[in-house]
Amino acid sequence: MNSIPGIGTGGRITMAHGGGGTAMRALIDTLFLEAFSATPHAPQEDQARLPLEALAAGGDRLAFTTDSFVVEPLEFPGGNIGTLAVCGTVNDLAVGGARPVALSAAFILAEGLELACLRRIVASMAECAREAGVRIVTGDTKVVPKGACDGLYVTTSGVGIIPAGCNISIAAAQPGDVVLVNGTLGDHGAAILCARGDLALDVAIASDCAPLGGLVETLLAAAPGTRSLRDATRGGVAGVLSELAEASAVSLTLDETALPVRPEVVGVCDILGLEPLFLANEGKLVAVVPQTEAETALAALRAHPLGRQAAAIGTVGEAGPYGPSVVLRNAFGGRRTVTMPSGEQLPRIC
Amino acid sequence: MRFSEEFRDPALAEKLFTEIARTAEALARTRTRPITVMEVCGGHTHTIFRYGLKDRLPDTIEFAHGPGCPVCVLPMGRIDDAITLARRPEVMLTTFGDALRVPGAQGSLLQARAAGADIRMVYSPLDALELARKNPDREVVFFALGFETTAPSTALTVLRAAREGIKNFSLLCQHILIVPTLRALLEQPDFAVDGFIGPGHVAMVTGTRPYDFVATTYNRPFVVAGFEPLDILQSLLMVLRQLESGQAKVENQYARVVPPNGNPAALAAMRQVYETRADNAWRGLGNIASSGLQLRAAWSAFDAERRFPLTPHNVPDPASARCGAVLTGRIRPAECPAFGRECTPDAPLGALMVSSEGACAACYDYEGARQVA
Repeated sequence: MNSIPGIGTGGRITMAHGGGGTAMRALIDTLFLEAFSATPHAPQEDQARLPLEALAAGGDRLAFTTDSFVVEPLEFPGGNIGTLAVCGTVNDLAVGGARPVALSAAFILAEGLELACLRRIVASMAECAREAGVRIVTGDTKVVPKGACDGLYVTTSGVGIIPAGCNISIAAAQPGDVVLVNGTLGDHGAAILCARGDLALDVAIASDCAPLGGLVETLLAAAPGTRSLRDATRGGVAGVLSELAEASAVSLTLDETALPVRPEVVGVCDILGLEPLFLANEGKLVAVVPQTEAETALAALRAHPLGRQAAAIGTVGEAGPYGPSVVLRNAFGGRRTVTMPSGEQLPRIC
Repeated sequence: MRFSEEFRDPALAEKLFTEIARTAEALARTRTRPITVMEVCGGHTHTIFRYGLKDRLPDTIEFAHGPGCPVCVLPMGRIDDAITLARRPEVMLTTFGDALRVPGAQGSLLQARAAGADIRMVYSPLDALELARKNPDREVVFFALGFETTAPSTALTVLRAAREGIKNFSLLCQHILIVPTLRALLEQPDFAVDGFIGPGHVAMVTGTRPYDFVATTYNRPFVVAGFEPLDILQSLLMVLRQLESGQAKVENQYARVVPPNGNPAALAAMRQVYETRADNAWRGLGNIASSGLQLRAAWSAFDAERRFPLTPHNVPDPASARCGAVLTGRIRPAECPAFGRECTPDAPLGALMVSSEGACAACYDYEGARQVA
């Protein structure tokens, strides 16, 4: 049954669910608060209140980030828009060395969205937040007429605590450092391409969507000298590395044979003329660590469930005569520059 | 990934590199200028740059990047035609992904979409037909691009639309032919290409016989090639061996895909649906007689150019970009004065800078600052 007591039995979002009246109240109480709140029946204030004392005990700086999520289809193998929204913001905090504490979640719902779908997405957000050790403490919903939005958009913001002395930065990579990734590249991008169904490809690729807070803690414990961390979402690992080279004024040399990529992702990329290095990930990070800590860092990543296929993919060198760059060496001894694509990668004609 | 990994085997590549170097050295003793080999297809160009193959080849071998990248040879006026159609309120224009960024005089299809036109990316003409089925109140126009590789699937789609009585589907037909284009190149008096790495996907449809004239009339080696790095290396070696022996012929390196007679069913569909255009403009190459396809009169109901009022746009190529000289192998991409300056993948002047198969984009993407500086 899709019906929810007090919010109608149509099984779909209507304009009334955003109208500020009883239907909206019922939607918030029975769907969002039940899933997200530890005390769903307590009086609701207009803001979440986070005690400062507990926050200050964890570190000396507050990390604050926000991200909006749109994806088609809303649900796909390995996740849905809700898990993306939780993981995306948690990971943006984690790669700053912050321990994620609390999230907000603001929803724009399209009239006609199935309540059962919304319920599944909200439930998986709650589950994902639990896994990430973070609470969703405040939120909002709006409803727009059918056609004004593609089913459902979510914006999450998050705060976390950065421990004293932790200074991870995109600008901190130094010649001699080693570049690591925690697993296979491009799974999320390939999963979404396949889930859209226009390719008629019969392959099962699941998104890698996962919260990386625990993995980052493990890494930092093993390699406290870690210089840079970034989650490799839109633009892929190539996008992160280009930014890293630019910000740290260094050149990066990658070993193509060391890049972990699933064979089925290679296959999808071959068919469409895309590159795994540029495909989005939702549970992958790039870490730059000093050479002296590289081995322990890699071992620590591989010992974690989200880092089993971690690999050292390249090294940091001085910027060349033409400035910072990312260069890929392949198995044939050839080399090529990895540049940021100007927009989205577009499939080739033939 | 059986069937692609084995064609990317570094140990086998090493043997080929050694043999290529040996043959090139022997050839170099008999000539004063480098050996120039044209890879006809954009797919070949992409592989050469993607795998950095040039880094491992002797300096005495140069690649000329040929005209076989369908979006690269798309004239600006044709993009403007497509935009004009897409701006009609009843039209939903559909096309392949990498055509969306190609600049016309009035901007690109992506820009037209941002300005409100209904433009959709599809993976095949059948996807466009499906959109026509699902949107009976819209006029779905498929901007049909590509060589003999994609022309048959468009032809089969027209036949299916006719069979199913679908009335709201039509083509803006920009299919083009590689054979007349190769002949036009070879006719140019200063065409300095010594041999060809021939188009594998086109030959899958046409077979290898249509290229015989390259060897018999123009005395140039022609090796139909696959698209993996080992395919390219092996084909290059086959071209060099022909040059060494002094005997030009058509060979088929891509026999695992290309039958000598091609694909008769695909060729029959093409004959049934298309006729050649008397005159066809190419970006960078000018007009080449009988090098383009249009729908036969019997299928005019599916011809967007007859269905909608459309005055064809004729736009000269931008003067500062030397796309034509790159396409004919006269200069390398980085030798064009606009390369990496006014013309970049972010703001392409010429279409060679648009598609990842375009010689300039491939060179810029994969060799980057090394070339511009």
